[in-house]
Amino acid sequence: MDNFTVGVVVFPGSNCDRDVSWALEGCLDIRTKYLWHESSDLSDVDAIVLPGGFSYGDYLRCGAIARFSPLINALDEFVKSGKRVLGICNGFQILTESGFLPGALVANKNLNFICDDVELDIVSSKGGWFNNVDEKQTIKLPIAHGEGRYHCDSDTLKKLVDNELIALRYKNNPNGSSFDIAGITNEKGNVLGLMPHPERACDETIGGTDGLFTLKSLILK
Amino acid sequence: MDQFAVKVFVRLRPSVLDPAGEATKSASIKLGAEGIKSLRIGKMIEVKIEGNGENEVREKIDLLCDRLFANTVIEDYEYSLEKL
Repeated sequence: MDNFTVGVVVFPGSNCDRDVSWALEGCLDIRTKYLWHESSDLSDVDAIVLPGGFSYGDYLRCGAIARFSPLINALDEFVKSGKRVLGICNGFQILTESGFLPGALVANKNLNFICDDVELDIVSSKGGWFNNVDEKQTIKLPIAHGEGRYHCDSDTLKKLVDNELIALRYKNNPNGSSFDIAGITNEKGNVLGLMPHPERACDETIGGTDGLFTLKSLILK
Repeated sequence: MDQFAVKVFVRLRPSVLDPAGEATKSASIKLGAEGIKSLRIGKMIEVKIEGNGENEVREKIDLLCDRLFANTVIEDYEYSLEKL
């Protein structure tokens, strides 16, 4: 545990990397290391966070250019080895663009950039990311996105439901996401992507601590 | 080596809601334009590319469209190609 290190990936345009690092180090006493997107050496990190922001200015599509970075290329083997990867907001967009998670994130239905606290239903705690919460309980996390509308075809949605891959659903869908989806995991459960920001809910003084457990879950085996 | 000018059109699939298109449609109607049944916004990408003949260039453009220019989960693409 003492040496467990979470790699926080920094792309040009990431802007939640320091928040994630602060939440992990300052609130949870978990060591972090910034990983520049051009690095492909993941040998000294035990889990990875793809933080929020606007990687490569969100050019072309959110996450579309980041997908081709050396780090994301190296991520395939990391994920296959069973190590944990958490994609938050832009990180979630990168995970869908690169095919680690199904579906895509497109412009919010009302075209607004939405900054708000949202109530979320825990649907599945596959991978242990939300194990602290009793079944069907609700948590509150902040969102901040313009392109957070989760979209997938009906076959993919059925697969998500049947395999319990939907982690979080909005109680009051703010952006038009299919099936109110706010976060999903891969089949193994070691990759979680979500639009809400758990790192912004890690201290009572900034509005809540509902994000702590999910970040702490990075150290689960 | 031959040089080609390629125009790639990327469109949201019909099943994907296009809120920017809807907003523009609404503004078009406010401008007084009548009869607009549907308005959807896509992207056009212009590429100049070299290769040994049209087939080789088409292979390259297919790869670019499929892997980068469009996300086929939400978008369709087509392109036209002109030898320079």
